[in-house]
Amino acid sequence: MRVLAALIAVLVLSAIPVAGIALGWDALFGIAVPYLALAVFLAGIVVKVLGWGMSPVPFRITTTTGQQRSLPWIRRQPLESPSTGWETFLRMITEIVLFRSLFRNTRADLKQGRIVHGSAKWLWLFGLMFHASFLVILLRHFKYFVEPAPAWVGWLQNLDGFFQVGLPIIYLTDVLFMLAVGYLLLRRVLQPELRYLSLAADYLPLFLLLGIAGTGVSMRYLWKVDIVSVKQLAAGLLSFSPQSPDGIGTLFYVHLFLVSSLLAYFPFSKLMHMAGVFLSPTRNLANNSRAVRHVNPWDYPVKVHTYAEYEDEFRQVMKAAGLPLEHDPDGQSGGGGSKPRAHEPAEQERPHSAGEDSADG
Amino acid sequence: MAEKLKPEQVIDIDYSPPEKGWLDDAKIDFPATKGTWNYAATPESMEYLELPNARKWQPYEDDWKLPADWRRILFEGLKTRLKRFRSLKLFMDICVRCGACADKCHFYLGSGDPKNMPVLRAELLRSVYRNDFTAFGKLLGRFAGARRMDIDVLREWFYYFYQCTECRRCSVFCPYGIDTAEITIVARELMWELGLGIDWVNTPVANCFRTGNHLGVQPHGVVDSLEFAAEELEEITGIEVNLPINKKGAEILFITPSADYFASPHYYTLLGYLMLFHEIGLDYTWSTYASEGGNFGLFHSHEMMKRLNAKMYAEAERLGVNWILGGECGHMWRVIHQYMATMNEPADFLETPRSPVTGTVFEHAKQTKMVHIAEFTADLIHHGKLTLEPSRNDHWVTTLHDSCNPARGMGLLEEPRYVIDACCNQFHEMPENTIREQTFCCGSGAGLGTEENMEMRMRGGLPRGSATKYVADRFGVNILLCMCAIDKATLPAVMDFWAPGTEVGGVHEMVGNALVMSGEKHRDTDLRSEPYPIVESQAHLAPPEETKTEEARDDA
Repeated sequence: MRVLAALIAVLVLSAIPVAGIALGWDALFGIAVPYLALAVFLAGIVVKVLGWGMSPVPFRITTTTGQQRSLPWIRRQPLESPSTGWETFLRMITEIVLFRSLFRNTRADLKQGRIVHGSAKWLWLFGLMFHASFLVILLRHFKYFVEPAPAWVGWLQNLDGFFQVGLPIIYLTDVLFMLAVGYLLLRRVLQPELRYLSLAADYLPLFLLLGIAGTGVSMRYLWKVDIVSVKQLAAGLLSFSPQSPDGIGTLFYVHLFLVSSLLAYFPFSKLMHMAGVFLSPTRNLANNSRAVRHVNPWDYPVKVHTYAEYEDEFRQVMKAAGLPLEHDPDGQSGGGGSKPRAHEPAEQERPHSAGEDSADG
Repeated sequence: MAEKLKPEQVIDIDYSPPEKGWLDDAKIDFPATKGTWNYAATPESMEYLELPNARKWQPYEDDWKLPADWRRILFEGLKTRLKRFRSLKLFMDICVRCGACADKCHFYLGSGDPKNMPVLRAELLRSVYRNDFTAFGKLLGRFAGARRMDIDVLREWFYYFYQCTECRRCSVFCPYGIDTAEITIVARELMWELGLGIDWVNTPVANCFRTGNHLGVQPHGVVDSLEFAAEELEEITGIEVNLPINKKGAEILFITPSADYFASPHYYTLLGYLMLFHEIGLDYTWSTYASEGGNFGLFHSHEMMKRLNAKMYAEAERLGVNWILGGECGHMWRVIHQYMATMNEPADFLETPRSPVTGTVFEHAKQTKMVHIAEFTADLIHHGKLTLEPSRNDHWVTTLHDSCNPARGMGLLEEPRYVIDACCNQFHEMPENTIREQTFCCGSGAGLGTEENMEMRMRGGLPRGSATKYVADRFGVNILLCMCAIDKATLPAVMDFWAPGTEVGGVHEMVGNALVMSGEKHRDTDLRSEPYPIVESQAHLAPPEETKTEEARDDA
């Protein structure tokens, strides 16, 4: 029912601009809401990232996924276990651009009493497809804001409409985006474990994105809106001389309001993974903590058990065992090596040990 | 417990999650889940370490005897740690719950309990974080996955944060590198502030603190054990090995998990060390004060990790050694590699490690001044400084279990393989998704290796057991080599349960078997004092009986 809650939330969000435009509040939904949403988005991200940045990284906790740098003749894996800043940078690029960790994904199954592991690349494929399409679609939208549109937007558009199918030409990214979001949504709904762990807050952005894409695609292919007016509005917003042209069409305002909702929701939600992925200490630190000292800014002294305290407690048995002492009351000074000693059985000492296995590690 | 439990009972795993949503289903029935949790820390061990709220209690009791303001303590504790650890703060915020980590956890695979999916384990803490520290959590409540801390949630924390071995396998697969170990460490730290923790973490910590080793063996006991090992070696090899203990002015301090000198099969690895060091004429020393390499503090809290780790440098300075060599151990090496140089001041009194035999300077360890024994031995072999007779290991068909921490917290993967390759004729890798950085935990790490937790250990050991069984059936593998004292302590039980007939051993046990020492007598047994098969060179050609029967069963 978390799915339903999220769906209802998005439907309500879609209904708001419909009502608003019917009431003639074009300026509110065309100008005030987008500005506000963008402000929340930008400020929210800055505050959140600064908040993360204010907490230090006390320890170098790199997750190594390959051979470290050790002996010169051992072939190491710089991307999996980077030892320099440059290698770490490359590791991060592959994480951020190619979703490298997700590419490792496997699927474990219990078969005939054994756990077996198979390949599972769908999540990686659709995840990458979703993010890449989203990026291209966003970039394509530049044409609404800048007049005349920069040349690269034209190239991108041509590339995206490479297959020349449909009229207007269907953008490949529109299709891929819908497919990918659909996959991400369906797996959450259909796979029992994923359904179990998913929050309403996990479905919400997916429905929002479907709503945004759905209204966007509809405006292009089905119920066209007045593009000239849209450009006028967008250009006005960008140049801080906003104007609210008449007769754009309600569908556009629904699209804009859902985008605004997504922007405003972004900094408070898991969508912040977009910024967070850059800061992840298991990925963005070189695995060189034995070669270069990493400093913990809040390090504080702790109570330790010194050798002197240790020897004070065990002096007699140490002496009997022939171990050299730092302070021998009988006048013998510390020396080295093992000497003949009395054999005494080792005692199990307090505090009493409960476990049966001797283990450490 | 171990006798009663059978693989057939455990293998029937139901992965379908319950109907009721996890946010409203926190209650843990401790009496009914006996076998999957650990006993509480004793007041004695807690008092010794001056920990708060030391008292007698057990998880199955209704009254946990918490301090009156326990919720405030938790809140303040989490607040402090959010300020201290970017990892925590980030990992609380950015998980998208994609589920890639879910079937990567050995405890989830072995139990089917969805709260053992790393994502949900973290959500147990995240849900409280959202409620207490985020605007959306406060505003949207359940919609945003927020819930208030209460006694049932706390019990749930205790249950599941002691069903995580901090092995970090999930962090390999997470697209944002979210590391559940970070979350588990913090959750355990928070619970210790209320006096909640398990005995098999705290008693070893108290013992390490006092006597230097986790079993609480006093200095003369350590000496006795080493002496005994030396005597046994004399029987096997005819050589009286050099055995320096607490020796000032030695070049190298050697620190290894104390289980190496007190437990089996660790002990055979210890014999390997003694032989190796004697044969190359190493000027080194053992220490009774720093007689524990393993750091149980890692399973406790950052502070405790530092309190225990301090002994290594302190002892190195007192003895005046040049550098430190570390034995086969998992968590020990996570701490040394990733925490030691940060936690304890720069060891300027030491020198950049340099092998006295080969002259190799270990530049990659120039800050901590600590070298792993596998690195050290690989270097010796590479320079041809050892005479090895791998046929002395022909009765072993080996495979290597990468220990979690050296694999994922260090990247020590090729060194042990190089050493094994030089010492053994028969080596077969387990399936690729179960080794190297994807290696599976033994299921008993991070303080969970107790008798009372046996069912959960066997469940957690299933993926490793499955992989071993695969190579045992296919290639006749009869020994699982590993470089971790917890592995050596707990994998024998896992093998008996999931891959019967497979022994567990250390990498340096194989070195010891293969090492030809100058002046040795005719070797007729291996380090386990097992007589060598009569026709050594052909023993491996005949497939073991078990393989045949297994295949026959599969075919049928």
